[in-house]
Amino acid sequence: MTEGLFAFGVFFAAIFTNNILLTNYLGMCSFLAVSRELKTSVGLGMAVIFVMTCTSAINWLIYYYVLVRFDIVYLRYIAFIIVIAAFVQLVELVIERVSDVLYAALGIFLPLITVNCAILGAVLFMVIREYTFLSGLAYGAGSGIGWALAIIAMAGIRTKLNIRSKVPFGLTGAGITLIIAGIMALAFMGFAGMITIT
Amino acid sequence: MNSYKFRQVLKENIGINNPVFVQILGICSTLAVTNVLRNTVVMCAGLVFVTGLSNLTVSALRKYIPGRVRMMVETLIIASYVIIVDVVLKAYIPDISRQLGPYVGLIITNCIIMGRAEAFALSNPPALSLVDGLTSGLGYSYVLLIIAFLRELLGTGSIWGVRVLGEWWINWNIMIMAPGAFFMLALFIWVVKGNFMKEKKAQGSASTPAPQAASTGGKS
Repeated sequence: MTEGLFAFGVFFAAIFTNNILLTNYLGMCSFLAVSRELKTSVGLGMAVIFVMTCTSAINWLIYYYVLVRFDIVYLRYIAFIIVIAAFVQLVELVIERVSDVLYAALGIFLPLITVNCAILGAVLFMVIREYTFLSGLAYGAGSGIGWALAIIAMAGIRTKLNIRSKVPFGLTGAGITLIIAGIMALAFMGFAGMITIT
Repeated sequence: MNSYKFRQVLKENIGINNPVFVQILGICSTLAVTNVLRNTVVMCAGLVFVTGLSNLTVSALRKYIPGRVRMMVETLIIASYVIIVDVVLKAYIPDISRQLGPYVGLIITNCIIMGRAEAFALSNPPALSLVDGLTSGLGYSYVLLIIAFLRELLGTGSIWGVRVLGEWWINWNIMIMAPGAFFMLALFIWVVKGNFMKEKKAQGSASTPAPQAASTGGKS
């Protein structure tokens, strides 16, 4: 029971207090590049949630049942990145066969995800903090949702920004996006103290 | 291979095509450790090492890598060098290695490395690629070192752990927390872009080919 409660706490902490984008700066590149439009941000966010949840689970199993067991932990970076790449490729193949609608919505984002640092980052944090399987799964899902939340909020703000604001030349594009991200990070700090995870 | 080409590469990577403030690539893994200057130096040294040598290796193997799986091969080459960096750090400076935590491993997904391998190393000879990798690593490092310097100075009043500002200085705690890095990087980009890039705007799209080529490989 307590483990379930802990996993629940980890889930919420990963979304709010330890948001992987706003406190750990992971997944910044696609965040800056893709957050221009709301629709694409939602698509990418959903794809990240799905891939992050599944790869955390798979990588947890690989880490504890293969790498730790055969004492080849130093190979973990290679193992994790291969698992992520292979999983993304597999998902792409499956949804291409199964559902045209889903493929149209998520298909183009999947290749982008392989090199998204947030995915590998979530897996590495999970391993370093020695989560149990359940908490690891909760952490992966929570991080994915937190990342999606941040990019969707940013896309909403940037859409408004494009309509009626005069940004100085030096700040256009990445500069203003980073400042908004900073303000969002400040806002998210309001959640600190709610839950802390180690 | 003439020295003109080398100088061209140097100029591009340090200045006019600097990966951080022109292409905004690869800030993910290293921005997180810019709250302490010492960690940033270690991280940047690791990054320059990986960028240089992975570019060299990809370039040396470029005739043997099949086109369809080249991304996978590049990732594996990069991951091997990152493992070397990780193991060396763990052995010689274990306390810093512990502080850096997962961020050393995240050098693998740093877009700059993949971007340079895709855009430069696949079509250039090894020696030139090595120089290109090292200089783009350096061009990236000095921006982050400036940010780390300012963040540590304003956030804790000290540099390299030594207090330099007197007792009168009140620490800006926000600088060592997460939003500080966003604001600092944004201000840095603003200063650089506002003051030094005006002429480029007038020239229009004179130097677009390189960033475009890099962005195809480096969407991480």
